Amino acid sequence: MPTHEEVFEKVRTALVDALGVDDDEVTPESTMVGDLGAESIDFLDIVFRLEKAFGIEIPRAELFPDDVLTSAEYVQDGKVTEAGLIELEKRMPFADLSKFKENPAVQEFGNMLTVDDLCRYVVSKVNAN
Amino acid sequence: MRWFWIDRFLEFESGRRAVAVKNVSYAEEQIPDYALSMPIMPGSLILEGMAHTGGLLVAESGGFLQRVVLAKVGKILFHDYATPGDQLIYTSEIQSFQARGALVHSTAHLDGLLMAEADVVFAHLDERFAGIQLYDPAEYLGILRSYRLFEVGIRSDGRPIEVPEHMLDAERRWLDTERQRCAKQSP
Repeated sequence: MPTHEEVFEKVRTALVDALGVDDDEVTPESTMVGDLGAESIDFLDIVFRLEKAFGIEIPRAELFPDDVLTSAEYVQDGKVTEAGLIELEKRMPFADLSKFKENPAVQEFGNMLTVDDLCRYVVSKVNAN
Repeated sequence: MRWFWIDRFLEFESGRRAVAVKNVSYAEEQIPDYALSMPIMPGSLILEGMAHTGGLLVAESGGFLQRVVLAKVGKILFHDYATPGDQLIYTSEIQSFQARGALVHSTAHLDGLLMAEADVVFAHLDERFAGIQLYDPAEYLGILRSYRLFEVGIRSDGRPIEVPEHMLDAERRWLDTERQRCAKQSP
């Protein structure tokens, strides 16, 4: 089982390679979109690199639940509803949604995911294997 | 007009690796026009050739049934220039292949030395793009034959890569249409 440091180092390498950022820009608190400048197509690149580095499979809807964020059932007036937040919590137990809950605007969602969230997700997948 | 940025494949291992050659010629329009008094092959077109090599490797892995598009160039480094008379060798290796696409590492070598390297992400268009055909399959097959893919291509078990049936069907239909057109034009 990899240690937290080993997971972080591999995640950092994947992010440095995929996003062209410097090593020291990638901290556990960095947000993927706001701090590291990840765009939607970068997530495909990141997923490929994480899958290869850890020997895991990452279904897109698991890490980035687009279906919830585009669902009329879970989104009203551009904001995720209470039911949508419950669904997101269920689907993303690795992510800290507390800040997003303060202003659950869909456009803010991409800015929520941090490097630490990504590491927790990877650990959950590695452990499941 | 279609752009062809490789001349042909030298090696092609299904799902793993492809090697293609590109001969740089002064007769190509871009060479004298790109940089005044410095006849070089533009880096963007070298990248295009590297992506071309990798994209066809990815497309073949899916039996040429998936619609493969270049999604992102993650990293590109150039170490040298290519000038008329040079022969570039493009090598692409699949790093990760999934239902959604693939990550490919590609290099360009000149006289045995590394002159460029790139990480390229390819995506498979999903059902949202259903009905959009990127290429005419008969024309596509003609290009693949010109690149000698089926002459050098092998599967992981060493057997040759065969032309996919859906492409052969398209080619037969195209030939029938052409025969009929010629028959009508004959006196």
